[in-house]
Amino acid sequence: MVNQQAALLRPETLIEEFKKNGVTHIVTIPDSETNYLYELMKEQPWLDVVPASREGETFAIALGLIVGGKVPVCLIQNTGMMESGDSIRGMALDAGFPLVMMIGYRGWNRHGVITDSAARYTEPFLIAMGINYYLVEQDEDAPRISVAFEEARANKRPVAVLVGDEYHGFNR
Amino acid sequence: MIHPDDMFQAFEPHRGDSVVIVTGTGGRRWRDISTNEKRDLNVHGAMGQTSSAAMGFALAQPNEKVVFFDSEGALLMNLGILATTAGKQPKNFFHFLMDNECYATTGGQPVPNSQDISYAGMAREAGYAAAYEFDNLEDFSTNVGKILEETGPVFVAMKMVPLVENEPIGMRKRGAVRTRAETIRTIQEELGITVV
Repeated sequence: MVNQQAALLRPETLIEEFKKNGVTHIVTIPDSETNYLYELMKEQPWLDVVPASREGETFAIALGLIVGGKVPVCLIQNTGMMESGDSIRGMALDAGFPLVMMIGYRGWNRHGVITDSAARYTEPFLIAMGINYYLVEQDEDAPRISVAFEEARANKRPVAVLVGDEYHGFNR
Repeated sequence: MIHPDDMFQAFEPHRGDSVVIVTGTGGRRWRDISTNEKRDLNVHGAMGQTSSAAMGFALAQPNEKVVFFDSEGALLMNLGILATTAGKQPKNFFHFLMDNECYATTGGQPVPNSQDISYAGMAREAGYAAAYEFDNLEDFSTNVGKILEETGPVFVAMKMVPLVENEPIGMRKRGAVRTRAETIRTIQEELGITVV
């Protein structure tokens, strides 16, 4: 039997990874599964949360922040990532700067059949854009976030972290 | 209606050390008028998104005045920037809008509701600190200096003469243009910015 508590991905874990990697800004549109993460981010004095109006904006705002010497992360859902195609192309891939994008993996599950097309097209979308990605679904996966930062910096490219929050550790 | 050349000529004496970012067909005229190229930044790259990149830069460099010249076609593709900007209230961000009522770069087709819309009204109601509208050069020239001394975010909508291009893109003549990467390198050197 699966131990549900052990499988949780705590929002505090993501905050620790952000701090460890020098993140200064989270450019985001909250989704239904990360509401507690949003509140926790707002409480961090070293972190500036930039709420955007549409996901495509997050990559453009992030570029401006990077050009200005800051370290942003884009935190959006997979649905919004797909809406952001042109912005990811022009503001992230073509720009040649490191960027970690945290993507809520709506519809993903570990055991069952995928019924949500948002999940079905997420990885093919990233592959089509040539963006490498890592899946994070519980606390013990958190080091993959640092790997994503290292890879983004080494290659000066965006790298995605897919947050597969199967047990809703964010949603307290 | 104001010609882009005249508008930029009126603005230029007041720009001081501000970082200037332009977009749109009319915006190309700025490169022939600017006298401080080191502080001209290009963050183009995606449809309608230059405004968001400019605002992001303003957030990153709060001690630098950032003046962004938008176009109405681009703004319509990214109207959410008005709320996003108002939400963060960057005091150093000046958002000018060159409204020529059409897609000049594709032959001059009108933008939606081109003649009966108030972008300044949108910005004001979204929560910008101030919003202004100008449809003639004299009023703009008289006021632009004072506006640039205000606390942002400030929005300035201007009715512009359209500079319509009809030739196929491959046949259009282009002057020397600094690439986005070049302008980014220059501004980072100018301001002592290191990418982490």
